[in-house]
Amino acid sequence: MDVILKNGRVVDPANSMDTEADILVKAGKIAQVGKGLKVQDARQVDCKGKVVLPGLIDSHTHFRQPGREDEEDFVTGSRAALKGGFTSVLCMANTNPVVDNKGVVEYICSEAAKAGLINIYTVAAVTKGLEGKELTETAQISAAGAKALSDDGKPVINPEILRRAMEYAKMFNLPVISHCEDPFLSRNGVMNEGLLSTRMGLKGIPRAAETVMVARDIEIARLSGARLHIAHVSTKESVEAVRQAKKRKIAVTCETCPHYFVLTEEAVSEYNTNAKVNPPLRTQEDVEAIKKGLSDGTIDIISTDHAPHSAEEKDVEFDFAATGMIGLEFAASLSYMELVKKNVLDWKGFAEKLSINPSRLLSLKNKGSLSEGADADITVFDPSGTRKVEISSIESKSKNTPLLGRELAGTAAIVIVGGKIKYENGKFC
Amino acid sequence: MAVAWKRKDLLDLESLSAEEIELILETTGSFKEISQRPIKKVPTLRGQTVVLFFFEPSTRTRTSFELAAKRMSADIVNIQTSASSLTKGETLKDTARNIEAMKVNIIIMRHSCSGAPHMLAGSVSPSIINAGDGSHEHPTQGLLDIFTIKEHKKKIEGLNVSIIGDIAHSRVARSNIWGLTKLGAKVTVCGPATLMPPEVEKLGVKVTYDIKEAIEGADVINMLRIQLERQGQNLFPSIRDYSMAFGLDAGKMKMAKKDVLIMHPGPVNRGVEITPEVADGPYSVILEQVTNGIAVRMAVLYLLSGVKERVE
Amino acid sequence: MKIKEKAKVLDAEQIDKSLVRIAHEILENNKDVEDLAIVGIRTRGAILAQRLAAKIGSIKGSLVPVGALDITLYRDDLTTVAEQPVVHKTEIDFDIHESVIVLVDDVLYTGRTIRCALDALIDFGRPKSIQLAVLVDRGHRELPIRADYAGKNIPTSQKETVQVKIKESDGVDEVVVAEKED
Repeated sequence: MDVILKNGRVVDPANSMDTEADILVKAGKIAQVGKGLKVQDARQVDCKGKVVLPGLIDSHTHFRQPGREDEEDFVTGSRAALKGGFTSVLCMANTNPVVDNKGVVEYICSEAAKAGLINIYTVAAVTKGLEGKELTETAQISAAGAKALSDDGKPVINPEILRRAMEYAKMFNLPVISHCEDPFLSRNGVMNEGLLSTRMGLKGIPRAAETVMVARDIEIARLSGARLHIAHVSTKESVEAVRQAKKRKIAVTCETCPHYFVLTEEAVSEYNTNAKVNPPLRTQEDVEAIKKGLSDGTIDIISTDHAPHSAEEKDVEFDFAATGMIGLEFAASLSYMELVKKNVLDWKGFAEKLSINPSRLLSLKNKGSLSEGADADITVFDPSGTRKVEISSIESKSKNTPLLGRELAGTAAIVIVGGKIKYENGKFC
Repeated sequence: MAVAWKRKDLLDLESLSAEEIELILETTGSFKEISQRPIKKVPTLRGQTVVLFFFEPSTRTRTSFELAAKRMSADIVNIQTSASSLTKGETLKDTARNIEAMKVNIIIMRHSCSGAPHMLAGSVSPSIINAGDGSHEHPTQGLLDIFTIKEHKKKIEGLNVSIIGDIAHSRVARSNIWGLTKLGAKVTVCGPATLMPPEVEKLGVKVTYDIKEAIEGADVINMLRIQLERQGQNLFPSIRDYSMAFGLDAGKMKMAKKDVLIMHPGPVNRGVEITPEVADGPYSVILEQVTNGIAVRMAVLYLLSGVKERVE
Repeated sequence: MKIKEKAKVLDAEQIDKSLVRIAHEILENNKDVEDLAIVGIRTRGAILAQRLAAKIGSIKGSLVPVGALDITLYRDDLTTVAEQPVVHKTEIDFDIHESVIVLVDDVLYTGRTIRCALDALIDFGRPKSIQLAVLVDRGHRELPIRADYAGKNIPTSQKETVQVKIKESDGVDEVVVAEKED
């Protein structure tokens, strides 16, 4: 049956739209957008007081399939995405086996289709086995459907290999997503380097470990002319480096994650392994710089870096604990609370960072906008919705989040993927 | 004494108040005499079980704790293991819960990872005593150092205490810094810049890379053990270079005050951070530290054994 | 719970007289003893022990060794009290082996404190004998222990408390009987 979303606040930056309107969804596409639409034989959904957005897209997700399906798989990950308002995600390549050949890309595309809940895309590794030595077969991988190249989880240590990879990727218009970390500077580090790491007796990761690689990769982007996308920016200096690169018209984009503008390193005090993440949580100064970068457009995308880990991997000594936290279910709420409510971004900015910009990065066709004829991927966000983060209500298979116990404001009320309502008022359909 | 002991665990000195530290020091004074009796045993911990859970090799600290517990009539169990041997599927928490299920009262824990005792403290009901965790803290060593200083100098407030060596990796340094600054001492840390933890000056200490500055005017000099394996990590060029710049020898001692105390947490690398003539010289209180260690640990065992509130 | 003072049973002068009497009795009972020593139980017993030792010393014309014993670590109720009592120093810097020890406390009540003190003393060596001197014996023994020397016997009820105040610790010398009010 067709669906008509009535009287919602429709926010669609692609069409410079922010107004109360109705949206008619027909045959998986957006059929019509306008005021007072009158349609028979369509399910009427009242969206008064809610914000109707192009479906949210996460450009940085780990679904652990194949390899660690005990931590997450396409179905549970998709449910977590829907609950958080996401209609599309991009999975990173550090699975087991690594997504470094056509076969694994095809496996992911077909398994993701079987899960059938959201759009699941994949990156492919820059180098075979993420080892930083040998390029993956980019032409075949691209043809199989990979949307970007990334060795995420690790940097490409050898700049010459990165250069060649980027030159090659350019031919297929694939962006290279760079995990910026100098492994020599960050060696054995488990948290931000500073007074707190001194107090806790933990090995710190200096901010420079990130920034030197951001600076290096920007120069390689300039050299190669390829599109560089910097993953999970965490420091003030990285934001500044990207800002300068953009001024120099280098093809660089970047993303940050909600934990880098919501939390600081204080979250790891008491040795809370759920707050152990890479890059590490930084300081209030960095939080402010990241918010500024989001508001002035230096930071293009808010991604989740959704990184599920089992309790066994987190319930251990801080030094031995796995890095990363789950994020899909909370990213939209956190962005609303910290950015929209605090006037860092307006709703248009929110939709840019969480939908159209990731769509552009990955060259997704007919996604990221509410244009007539576009895919009917729609997120209806309820700013008055609330959620308390509790283990029992987390959809993800893994429960590793430092947000446990927090009250969140703003929730996804309805999520439509490909014209079908997949999630509505707390229930999966 | 105004305060009573309320804490289930002794994890660090950072979270203790000056009054709590004073309480432990006062209590230590009362316990010191027991080790001088012909019968070095009191019945206080009769029927209580103390587990020494050591994930890192240690002779001194383990022996000191063991004697402290034995002199208080506790039953002792020793578990010596390494962090890596636990990775066979069993986590630290599993092991601790198993120990807990055997109804023990106090777990004394040493671990190569900072924060490991904190993790256990929140999840098991026996009291946890941190016997050194990674580069974080070694609270009983800090307490015994402060007790030894106070025995000689009668006070802590206003004293100039210099800690010299590998500050970055030293749990002894951190516990000393917290304890001493809380009690009003002026602490100077000295060592190569490569072995200085970031932003350490924000802990309220003076930082110097010049050993002369650390020696002159110091009432107490605490020399830290240098881990010889750091040499391969480019944290200092060579042992010889380190000794020359930061080792304490008779020549440098000429700059020291006439009533300076020389301390060292042991074991001493003779000829590296301190020469034998200084370590065994008239200013050295290194062996007194060892003696006082037992009294401090008895005092801590006594105070913790009285805490009635336990986590479920 | 409030405590109401009911009666002063000994004043400063009476306390002093009691101690003088006890001093004489001790010397009387231990005529041929060479190694006589006094050990008081902290806090007030230790102060009384000092005074008693001084009196014995002046009668005898020679110094009597005196020590202080803290019995906290020997208490049988540590697992039940709310928080750990403060441990004070034990100071017995003479050899008790083969000597006659007069143990001194302020009040003898259940006898449990004395039991602790006996255990503690024996950890210092093997005295020839131990005798017990108290300022007040208020009855209600729970262990087979009796005083060899008592300043005053004061029959009390369990609801009452006997408070011995000593100048050095309480600012005044007196003994009062008080009652707990619910």
